[in-house]
Amino acid sequence: MSNVSTDANDSSNAESQPENNTRRRFLTVATSVVGGVGAVGAAVPFIASWNPSIKAKAAGADVEADISKIEPGQLIRVIWRSKPVWIARRTPETIASLSGLADKLKDPDSSEEQQPEFAKNVHRSLKEEYLVLVGICTHLGCSPQHLKDGAFEQYVEGVSEGFFCPCHGSKFDMAGRVFQNVPAGLNLVVPPYTFIDDNTILIGSEEGAA
Amino acid sequence: MWKNLMDWVEYRLPIMRVANMHAIQYPAPRNMNVWYMFGFLATIVLVNQIVTGIWLTMSYTPSAEEAFASVEYIMRDVEYGWLLRYMHSTGASAFFIVVYLHMFRGMIYGSYQKPRELLWVFGMFIYLALMAEAFMGYVLPWGQMSYWGAQVIVSLFSAIPVIGPDLVIWIQGDYVISGATLNRFFALHVIALPLVIVILVFLHIVALHEVGSNNPDGTDVKRKKGSLSEDEKTKYKIHEYYTSNYDIVDDIVPFFPHIVLKDLIGFAVFLLAFCYVMFFMPEMGGYFLEAPNFEIANPLKTPEHIFPVWYFTPFYAILKAVPHKLGGVIAMFAAIIALALLPWIDRGQVRSWRYRCGLHKWNLLIFAVVFIFLGYLGGTPQENWKITASQVATIMYFGFFALLFIYSKNEKCKPVPARITE
Amino acid sequence: MRKLIFILAILLPGSGAFAAGGSSVPLDTAEYDLTDKASLQNGAKLFMNYCLGCHQTQYQRYQRTFEDLDIPVELGKENLQFTGEKPGEHIKNAMPAESAATWFGAPPPDLTLVARVRGADWLYTYLRTFYEDESRPFGVNNIVFPEVGMPHVLQELQGLPRKTTQEELVDGEMVERYVGIKADGSGELSPADYDKAVLDLVNYLVYIGEPSRLTSEKIGRYVLMFLLVLLVLVYLLKKEYWRDVH
Repeated sequence: MSNVSTDANDSSNAESQPENNTRRRFLTVATSVVGGVGAVGAAVPFIASWNPSIKAKAAGADVEADISKIEPGQLIRVIWRSKPVWIARRTPETIASLSGLADKLKDPDSSEEQQPEFAKNVHRSLKEEYLVLVGICTHLGCSPQHLKDGAFEQYVEGVSEGFFCPCHGSKFDMAGRVFQNVPAGLNLVVPPYTFIDDNTILIGSEEGAA
Repeated sequence: MWKNLMDWVEYRLPIMRVANMHAIQYPAPRNMNVWYMFGFLATIVLVNQIVTGIWLTMSYTPSAEEAFASVEYIMRDVEYGWLLRYMHSTGASAFFIVVYLHMFRGMIYGSYQKPRELLWVFGMFIYLALMAEAFMGYVLPWGQMSYWGAQVIVSLFSAIPVIGPDLVIWIQGDYVISGATLNRFFALHVIALPLVIVILVFLHIVALHEVGSNNPDGTDVKRKKGSLSEDEKTKYKIHEYYTSNYDIVDDIVPFFPHIVLKDLIGFAVFLLAFCYVMFFMPEMGGYFLEAPNFEIANPLKTPEHIFPVWYFTPFYAILKAVPHKLGGVIAMFAAIIALALLPWIDRGQVRSWRYRCGLHKWNLLIFAVVFIFLGYLGGTPQENWKITASQVATIMYFGFFALLFIYSKNEKCKPVPARITE
Repeated sequence: MRKLIFILAILLPGSGAFAAGGSSVPLDTAEYDLTDKASLQNGAKLFMNYCLGCHQTQYQRYQRTFEDLDIPVELGKENLQFTGEKPGEHIKNAMPAESAATWFGAPPPDLTLVARVRGADWLYTYLRTFYEDESRPFGVNNIVFPEVGMPHVLQELQGLPRKTTQEELVDGEMVERYVGIKADGSGELSPADYDKAVLDLVNYLVYIGEPSRLTSEKIGRYVLMFLLVLLVLVYLLKKEYWRDVH
């Protein structure tokens, strides 16, 4: 607006009255600023309306899962924020084997931010018996298969249980850690979760029972 | 650096040339009064409708099963969804308010007369497209009024001899108003008609800038080249596109900033009224959002009273006034066509009502009152006295044009001042 | 602008016709107050206990109601949610629509937007004008909604209401004129408390019809103040630029 007002000055100078240029400039700037504030304010509802709606938030709410019926070596799937979440109960042998895999893994110590702080340990979980993972391959988003009782041996020698992604062959151990020489670069994601009691997991929140 | 960039662009895209030609060095009569702000306001409302409309389609579901719930989803679950929806619904009514005032301005100051006939006709096309747009938009929330309003309006086409009944089924895409109808109306409402309206508005403005703005005196500010002395010519810098063919009288101001600033005052006042309605009474007492439309469409239950939204009610009253189905439809369309033919019905040589005969002033005022009265008749429940009243009002509506056609031929007018008077 | 307001003023008087609900009985004014959270909470409690059995408010979520009414979610879930869904779910009941239609003649309508369809006054009057009528399937009739297909669910609060009439001489004939409704005193609430309870319920129904109302008015006040400032500035600026024109 301001650079055009000079044009108007040129043309109207022909009229006899002298102009109050300071006043004109001040009013132009003040109106422009206030108008600009108005434009920004008017943009707020348009921008805010792109946030997840209450419906999306309700659908993405925390999910409770009953783990009392999971046998050792078994894995169940629940849906959280439209994504598959695995809850696996590891056998003592599996837990024992985790620490020996370090030299075959890309990130054995979970140094990448793929898990809440509480899961930054060798078994990547709150309780070492229970593994909770978002079941989506960190390569291109497929959902890997759970292979156990030696079925995983064909992919990684000497490891009897793990996750294998059928899309591009990425492999993960029973803590969701990615093996070397596969397309995926990161460990599987551990979602925030907490134990409401010994039989119930709440997926979505780290602490405080709902 | 900045200047070089601007020059580089200007050489390839004439931004400044267009800005100069159509705003900064565009001559506008300096006596344009409040009646002249409604065109500007209509443009603003059009932009509002397009932008909020785009945002509403992001959350609206165009199906008979989901539409009603998706509007409530917008009202409750989408952040500020209620505001976007009220901006759109209030904007729809505001559009017609400013357009009706804009049209009446054209009538009282004779803006449709030579050489602005095409300008007026384009305006009437915009008005027609706007009515279609508003009608189809009103169907989308899929409430009771959406459904039954659509039922009544679409049924109008059944009055057409021979092909009528088949035409109705074709328009509906079903044997009744249904999800298929809703979907095609949605497509027309969100893309087809807005495109048409935007193109027509563009042509309307091009035509306006070709002939120049009229003004309350009806005095031309563009004169024959060489007819004015230097003293009588404007001192403002006017684009040579105008000055090379005409002498411009010293009665003008540049459109920017002078007229724009005037329009901005109108805009601020308009926004105050608009926001008051939008934030505090979005239903506007049942005029902008009708109560029965908060009930989901039910093909088995007709609401007690069916009214179109207020901006259609004058024509609805004309439709109801004629006791014959086809006759009523013809009368209704004739009422709009008569307006479009105004440049040829009015045979007068003087534009503004300021300098025309007393009869013309009364004719215009009575026409405005009759139009509003017809709106009242068409928007309130049927009563016996209203049938006669709407027939009388319909005759008076057309009487305006008949009278105008007669007295404008040899009208005694006051002399139009050679220069603008204020 | 003056003309615009003038035209609106002419258009306005016809507005009453839109809200009417099929009765010529004058409606009592419901002086509800959307800022009165206690009233809204009581209304929500009455709704969940007496209405939700048959009527849903399927466009509104429990959580939204709890948050807007200052009810802690845990408390609301315990005391106002009887069906065991998550607070994020819509307020629905388990009644199948088909059997409802056989029980009542028509499926009970959804009440989310009933206040916007009927108006608060209508609801307030309707809920207070049930009266005993043995000829009706549910033993009650209603003044503003004659032949209504709904039982008087608030009877335990109001008691059995009876229609009182008065004989009057009109054009040489004795006519029974409706005077009012009088409960038999068997209800839990006194007539004044019953009216208050109904007003709370109506208040809640008005709220649920347009949950954005309070936010809307709050934002609206700021927007209007802002626009006044803008108007003053634009006016001064226009004056400044037009000083040298005339």
